[in-house]
Amino acid sequence: MSFSEIYLLWSESVALSAVIWSVIIMVLTYLARDPMHKMIEAVAAGVRSACQQTSESLMGAEKKLLDRNSEVLIAAGREASEHLIEREFSRINKIVEMDLSEYPTLHRKISDVVTRIDEDYKQSAEVPPEAPGWAKAVEAVAKIPTSKSDPMVGQILDSIRGSMEKNHEKTLVVYRESSRERHMLLKRMLPSWRAMNNDLKEVDLHVNALMERSRIVDTQMAEYEKIVNETDSAKKTLSSSSLTQFFVAGFVLAIAIGGAVINFNLIARPMAEMVGGSGLLMGYKTANIAALVIILVEVAMGLFLMESLRITRLFPVIGSMKDTMRVRMIWVTFSILLILASVEAGLAYMREVLAQDDAALRASLVGNAGAIIGVSERWITTAAQMGMGFILPFALVFVAIPLESFIHSSRTVLGIMAAGALRTMAFFFSVLANTSHYIGSMLTSIYDLFIFIPLWIETIARGSGKFAKEKTKFDSLHTQSTKEVL
Amino acid sequence: MMRKLILTAIVVTLLAGCSSKEELPHTRGVYMLLDTSGTYTEELVKAQHIINYTLAKLSPGDTFAVARVDTASFSEKDIVAKVTFDDRPSAANRQKRQFREKVDHFVKEVKPSSYTDISGGMLQAIEYLNEAGVGKKTILIFSDLKEELKKGYVRDIPLQVGGYEVVALNVTKLRSDNIDPREYMDRLQMWEQRVQSGEGTWRVINDLERLDSVISD
Repeated sequence: MSFSEIYLLWSESVALSAVIWSVIIMVLTYLARDPMHKMIEAVAAGVRSACQQTSESLMGAEKKLLDRNSEVLIAAGREASEHLIEREFSRINKIVEMDLSEYPTLHRKISDVVTRIDEDYKQSAEVPPEAPGWAKAVEAVAKIPTSKSDPMVGQILDSIRGSMEKNHEKTLVVYRESSRERHMLLKRMLPSWRAMNNDLKEVDLHVNALMERSRIVDTQMAEYEKIVNETDSAKKTLSSSSLTQFFVAGFVLAIAIGGAVINFNLIARPMAEMVGGSGLLMGYKTANIAALVIILVEVAMGLFLMESLRITRLFPVIGSMKDTMRVRMIWVTFSILLILASVEAGLAYMREVLAQDDAALRASLVGNAGAIIGVSERWITTAAQMGMGFILPFALVFVAIPLESFIHSSRTVLGIMAAGALRTMAFFFSVLANTSHYIGSMLTSIYDLFIFIPLWIETIARGSGKFAKEKTKFDSLHTQSTKEVL
Repeated sequence: MMRKLILTAIVVTLLAGCSSKEELPHTRGVYMLLDTSGTYTEELVKAQHIINYTLAKLSPGDTFAVARVDTASFSEKDIVAKVTFDDRPSAANRQKRQFREKVDHFVKEVKPSSYTDISGGMLQAIEYLNEAGVGKKTILIFSDLKEELKKGYVRDIPLQVGGYEVVALNVTKLRSDNIDPREYMDRLQMWEQRVQSGEGTWRVINDLERLDSVISD
């Protein structure tokens, strides 16, 4: 039985059939109203409950993740801070060992200088010229009354005066000599003073450097305390620092990848001479994969070298090795890098030779001989390629530093991103829960809208029934009250 | 560290070992038929350019053969030069130079043949390329496509060219074609039908500037 046959079951008229079917459907829908309402409400409530639960569990997961992120952030910050403080103490130790170890020598030096100055000072003290003992005798003699007529006395006195003047002159010479010596001693003290001044300045410098370091340590310690106490400001600072590190390290890594690509292009072509130019491995040229492997080995060696030098801390096993073993590892990794760099330089040279051969062949086949670069200019590109081939492996060694920062910061950044994603999902499910509730209500209303005619009739019927009931009740009450009044 | 170095060496060796000939579906094989009948030999200079161009485009591991079309072309003796290029690019370049020398010598010394056995040449090409085990197979026919068989030679054999690309190059118009172009069209159509019934693809390139679409990098 086709649809049209079913449709026209009641009447040949399309319009009449439509009316009959509408009435039938409406009546059936009206009859199924309560179970349908219950079903819609149940489905809506079920979806709402499921979405709410999902949202709550996602929020819970987000909280756990945030806590975990915070722990990771604090742990990383504490480690970094400890590392910095350790380094500062190491510098202070170095200052103390190198500079202040000379302090006893310096002290002795200064002490010697002070003693010498003291001695010189004592020696340079002015000693008053000794008054001749016979001066009083001369004075007494001089007071003897003399007669001008006695030439003998006058002669004696003249002699005494002459001797006195001579003595005075001698004393003056001696005094001048001693003064000169004193001045010489004082002059000799000048370099000692200067030396002492320089020594004291040096001490001052060392002490100031030490003070500066101690101030830095104080700052670091304050930061460390904040981190240990897990303060909000410390968390914010660490989070911001982590994001900055992530982007900066990512940028540097992108540059390094660019370098690796150039390196790859330098060696991929000549690698075909070693491993063949036609083989494929997993859809890629074998020569290309071999070149890639060499570059990755170089990067790995770079990582080990940086790790052995304790510049990075990606492999705790290497960091905890004995110093002798670590130094040995440094030499081994460096040697391998040197060999690989030399191999790359050789391959870069080979590349140039092959490129020239290709160009010559192509020119001879296609007849474009003018395209070949002159022999005299060829050495420039060859040297440049060889130089790049040699330098790039060593440049790639430093990839370890941004890589470490990237890995460490990516833990935090990925955590933040995951937390954000969880929060978004939780919000989405929360919205979905509310939406399902409102959709349920809306579907119920739409259902009722479709059967509004039977519902209207039902309302009227109930209304009239209620009115009749109310009227009967009112009449009985009215009769009773009238009776009571009467 | 030494262990790592040795491991790397092993990996590189293994990678090299993986490049066996049986596993090279990406390699190309080109077989070029040169029509040496009558006055068409004058066109062989153009064929030289095409050969040189093809040599320049082919890579290590690819196969290339040039054969003449004469009275009885279903023969290895008609192969002028053939090569499967070495894996190493430098060796492949040497082979290309030698190949070109052989072709140059042939073009210089070639004598016109009385008949044109294109079908025999095609059969020989199919046999050769199937044996070479290459991935992409191309047959270049440098001819006016006018087949003239000596009496007694049977060539109404279906061509099994499934997976082949057959390209007719420099299909010159004969004097009779100019009188009645339908002859030229019928000739092209006949070859197209033969190739397509053998499940191959058929193309005609008369403008040699468009060769890059035949041998892509």
